[in-house]
Amino acid sequence: MSIIIYSLLALGCVALLFATVIFFVDKKFKVVEDPRIDKVQEILPGANCGGCGYPGCRGFAEAIVKTGDFSALFCPVGGNEVAKKAAVIMGVEVKEKAPRIAVVRCNGSYQNAPQKARYEGASSCAFAHMLFAGESGCPYGCLGCGDCVSSCTFDAIFMNPETGLPVVIEDKCTSCGACVKACPRGIIELRNKGPKGKRIFVSCINKEKGAVARKNCAVACIGCGKCVKVCPHEAITLSDNLAYIDYEKCKLCRKCVSECPTGAILEINFPPRKTDVKNTNEVEA
Amino acid sequence: MNGLKTFPLGGVHPDDCKFTSQKSIVSIPIPERVYIPVSQSLGAPSVPIVNKGDKVKTGQLIAKGEAFISSNIHSSVTGEVEKIEDWIDTSGYKRKTIIIKTEPDVWEEGIDLSSEIKREITLSKEEIIQRIKDKGIVGLGGATFPTHVKVSIPQGKKAEYLIINGVECEPYLTSDHRLMLEKGEEILIGTQILMKAIDVDQAIIGIEANKPDAIEHLSKLAEKYKGIKVQGLKLKYPQGAEKQLIKALVNREVPSGKLPIEVGCVVQNVGTAFAVYEAVQKNKPLINRVVTLSGNNIEGGNFMVRIGTPIQKLIDFCGAKLENIDKIINGGPMMGKALVSTEVPVTKGTSGILLFSAEVSSRMKVYNCVRCGKCVSACPMGLEPIVLEKAAEVGNWDLAEKYHVLDCIECGSCHYTCPAGRPLLDMIRLGKNKVNQIIRSRVK
Amino acid sequence: MSTYILSGSPHVHDTQDVKKIMWGVVYALIPAFLVSVYFFGIPALMLSLLAVASCLLFEFLIQKYLFKSSELTITDGSAVITGLLLAFNVPSSLPWWQIVVGSLVAIGAAKMTFGGLGKNPFNPALVGRVFLLISFPVDMTTWPKVSPLNTSLTDVITGPTSLGIIKEGLMKGESIGKLMQNVPTYTDMFVGNIGGSLGEISAIAILIGGIYMLVRKIITWHIPVSYILSVFVFTGILWLINPEKYADPVFHLLAGGLMLGAVFMATDMVTSPVNHKAQLIFGVGCGVLTVLIRVWGAYPEGVSFAILIMNAATPLLNNMVKPKRFGGA
Repeated sequence: MSIIIYSLLALGCVALLFATVIFFVDKKFKVVEDPRIDKVQEILPGANCGGCGYPGCRGFAEAIVKTGDFSALFCPVGGNEVAKKAAVIMGVEVKEKAPRIAVVRCNGSYQNAPQKARYEGASSCAFAHMLFAGESGCPYGCLGCGDCVSSCTFDAIFMNPETGLPVVIEDKCTSCGACVKACPRGIIELRNKGPKGKRIFVSCINKEKGAVARKNCAVACIGCGKCVKVCPHEAITLSDNLAYIDYEKCKLCRKCVSECPTGAILEINFPPRKTDVKNTNEVEA
Repeated sequence: MNGLKTFPLGGVHPDDCKFTSQKSIVSIPIPERVYIPVSQSLGAPSVPIVNKGDKVKTGQLIAKGEAFISSNIHSSVTGEVEKIEDWIDTSGYKRKTIIIKTEPDVWEEGIDLSSEIKREITLSKEEIIQRIKDKGIVGLGGATFPTHVKVSIPQGKKAEYLIINGVECEPYLTSDHRLMLEKGEEILIGTQILMKAIDVDQAIIGIEANKPDAIEHLSKLAEKYKGIKVQGLKLKYPQGAEKQLIKALVNREVPSGKLPIEVGCVVQNVGTAFAVYEAVQKNKPLINRVVTLSGNNIEGGNFMVRIGTPIQKLIDFCGAKLENIDKIINGGPMMGKALVSTEVPVTKGTSGILLFSAEVSSRMKVYNCVRCGKCVSACPMGLEPIVLEKAAEVGNWDLAEKYHVLDCIECGSCHYTCPAGRPLLDMIRLGKNKVNQIIRSRVK
Repeated sequence: MSTYILSGSPHVHDTQDVKKIMWGVVYALIPAFLVSVYFFGIPALMLSLLAVASCLLFEFLIQKYLFKSSELTITDGSAVITGLLLAFNVPSSLPWWQIVVGSLVAIGAAKMTFGGLGKNPFNPALVGRVFLLISFPVDMTTWPKVSPLNTSLTDVITGPTSLGIIKEGLMKGESIGKLMQNVPTYTDMFVGNIGGSLGEISAIAILIGGIYMLVRKIITWHIPVSYILSVFVFTGILWLINPEKYADPVFHLLAGGLMLGAVFMATDMVTSPVNHKAQLIFGVGCGVLTVLIRVWGAYPEGVSFAILIMNAATPLLNNMVKPKRFGGA
């Protein structure tokens, strides 16, 4: 009997001692942190992809709480929903942003831009870019080593073995922008996803003169400017022999698509037209 | 011949394959068109001073090196500038190139074309350096560093040795070897000119032991020249690398990230010495060079080629067939660049054109790294390619920098020796590139 | 228009590759294998073949059905080495199913768990052997006596190994001088006419294999020499202090699995350090640990444990010991 009492007493004393120590240590070394940081972090996706420009979701949560300003802060993975929830925690209003998606602006598939050399070596676009212009000879085109694929934390991009080009999986892409940074040639761009995923873009970033570009690739933008003239919304600009469609201004009228002589302008997720469809090379998953 | 020397750290022993070492240098005919890229040397591209339609003579200045590290470029033929446009060159990209349609050869005035050897050096030190600069001389070993920059010793530094690099440690290449045999006297005079330019009284010519005839020939000739010594070297790659050669010849170690002048040495290639001789004594600009054409199943030879000649012309002249050729290399097999097409012109840095079939030159199967450590033992700079490759693979540039990726001389010994066939040098090059970018952005 | 291959330099390659190296090791193991078959007969042959076959089978199964990888690496020879070395480290009388279990542990747990060839931190064969030693101590320490050109399918006569004789004798308080009369002569130990694990008995056969590997540049001298030398020096010092209590260094070199360990196991490139300086430290570490275990430990033999412990220290050695850098401070 006495053993039980003694042991209880002894353990109780030890427990009390530790509790006191912990209590004081906790008071002394307390880190004061805004409780909203935890709350915000909780609603974030937790992918730690860095797409927001901050080191992980915690860093982003801290930034939100610190600034309280949503105009420059956006979680591309969580999108508007997360922004709204975070705004509720912070007690501010937030404007909705159009969802975006990564777009590969090169259509230099094996068929459109035949290989003139075979690349052997480290499967790294960054290195191949240092080494030479590319298997097709186009110094702007996709190198096909898949740096974008390995950079994607969401498995949203893969190399199509038939074309040698990366393909973005629409449902999985969170527009975090990792592939945009990974591509040494800046081929991938984040563009508005568009209503029902409909979007139109120039699938080429070649700034060479038309004839030179055309030599390497059948679907290169030759900078003829026809699309600029035909566009009723002034959404298309031409510089350095290259047309660019501003996705904020584009109204998806598709006039430029049929005007383009090389088929460099792609339309995605539109119902098929009755007449000719030029973008047969298009592969979407 | 005195005892053979070599460098202690690392190195590999590739088959030397010097098939063309007994073939005399033959001049090849001038092609219908030459393609002269404006960036042929290390540093900033030269600025063209001719326009479309201009008539140029052989040896006329057509592009000026305006930046500090840049070099002049002269027309290698007589003719009319057809156009100035982007043309594929050894970099694998298209870059600005002066294209000249040739006419019968007429040389610029003041160039001494006689074969008579002019021994007396009349110019002063400053005049020599200016002449080297004017005549567009660059390092002909392959790195194409402008020679006038190299021989201008910075303030506060003193050179003690001039080292002439006749090592030619790259397999297959024999252009320096032939030059030493056929133009030995000129090389020695060039060496004396360079000695005067950098103000030293000792010069050592390093030659690897697989060229006994060149060692003997130059040793005999050098007896007449004060201060010039010929030293035989053991066969080991990369002996011809600047830092390794200095270590082998005078046993001094260039500190990491520093230039050879730090230990009182200036290194020049034998080809450069010959070009310097021609520029200073004969007033001839650098418009042609010796190119070795070789490969694993072609006859090959050594040719005197005008700068800007498409390599297709060289291949045609040699009578080589391209049917079984899968890889064309500009330079040696260890450090040269693979070319995409035969339209690429010969430039100042083209020491050889190698034609390989796939079985010799294609990359081997890649296995997992088995941590055998062969790359570490092979690295002549004492680096750890195994770590550098991993660092570049995962994009850990800080780690790459910590492991001294910038010390890498890109000799390729690690990749050559790797039994797992891993693309070590590819990844290290990428690492170097990224770390350089990071360092540059830090300065800003 | 023909297409040319494009790649970064270098464009030529040494003829050696992983496959050739691995098969080179297999060839180097042949002398020791022949000696073991000569002295232990059919059981040794069966056991070795079984070990190799089961290692290959497990690697194949794991790759095909667990990794679902399309590329199979069983032809690269590394699994054959693991199987042979595992067999070399067990007595020839080991029940057949135990060697299969050992193979499973070696390939499954020690190698494929980490991603296959080149990624394992520990020598797979040694992990398999230590697993067997701990799980089946009796079977693993029952040593059949040698009977040259024995054609029967089972060994019957058993006896202790020389290290076992010494260890047991010392525990009973007998002196070395007396115990040494019971151990085989050094000539027998050198040739292999002694009891023990399959592959460890003949020093000469192992040395022949080692020299072959040195000539083929599969291994460098650093690890074996530093290992053997440090064992020799350490036991030599002990022997000089008290020759009645400690066996002489030559005995330590020839007895047990030291030769096999130093030449074939410690030199395994995957699990040893990459630079020569670190390799020397690794060898000395193995040597010191081996002697510590042999002289003061509970087991008569310490080679496997010593190498495994140093395997664990390999990443540390790689990190701490750097090769001399050209132009470095």
